[in-house]
Amino acid sequence: VLHATRQLHTTQQRLAPLPPLPEKGGEVRHGLIPEEFFQFLYPKTGVTGPYVFGTGLLLYLLSKEIYVVNHETVAAICILSVIIYGVKKYGSAVADFADKLNEEKVAAALAVKNEAINSLETAIEEEKKEQWRAEGCSYLFDAKRNNVAMLLETNYRERLLTVYNEVKKRLDYQVAMQNLKRQKEQDHMIQWVEKSVVQSITPQQQKESIAKCILDLKALSKSAQAAV
Amino acid sequence: GPLSAQPLMDVKLGELPAWLITCNFSLQGMLGGVQKAWSSYYNKYINVKRGGPAGISMLLAGYCLLSYGWNYQHISKISFLVSV
Repeated sequence: VLHATRQLHTTQQRLAPLPPLPEKGGEVRHGLIPEEFFQFLYPKTGVTGPYVFGTGLLLYLLSKEIYVVNHETVAAICILSVIIYGVKKYGSAVADFADKLNEEKVAAALAVKNEAINSLETAIEEEKKEQWRAEGCSYLFDAKRNNVAMLLETNYRERLLTVYNEVKKRLDYQVAMQNLKRQKEQDHMIQWVEKSVVQSITPQQQKESIAKCILDLKALSKSAQAAV
Repeated sequence: GPLSAQPLMDVKLGELPAWLITCNFSLQGMLGGVQKAWSSYYNKYINVKRGGPAGISMLLAGYCLLSYGWNYQHISKISFLVSV
């Protein structure tokens, strides 16, 4: 049975970011006994209480042979002295080394975070620039619209000119046709009139006119001779 | 209840039987108790920024005492004491 009504998170502090680690651990005296023990005995026995308690406990264990002194005791004393000497001498060096490692890790993480922030900021700048460029598109479209209008106007004018030329050609044709017709009528009429006139000259009239012309020529030649 | 919610250090000596009754002695309960104890020790002495020798040395000392207690019978036998 799943306890669906049970609260999953009992405290408020499970969310990110995690609370930072405490700086120092619990206080421990002589590396083995927590401070709480000393504080617990302080009201009743003062400062020396826990040490007296420790001495009494040690003597009790030794005298009652609860702690047996044998070869292992000697070994334990040697090992403990070596360990304590080592910790006292190199403890701070090791601590500094560990701190340096930690610093490097933290610095690397911080560098990554700053890197990410910088890249995002540059991305924001680029984005703003792109937006500014997009505003310029309106000018581009205006220019293009003008181009298209110009093309349309030119085309319209060309077609207008074509229409005018075609209409003029047709009208010229009509005019030429009328002129030709009148010309032909005139020519035909002149020819007909000449032909009828020529036909109307009878042979008699022809002889009379020729005799008249000869007389006129003789008269003229006489006057001419006289003039010369 | 409020008695089991306090840490063990805050329980008064007279209330200890009552606290023992409220304790959960099943396997899961025991494991949960061990887990809680270890996590509280870990977060107090080991999981800090600038720890010292205290965190592990207490564990080692506890291990020494425990193993001494387990081997006491064997150590205190006369045959063992004489042989070394």
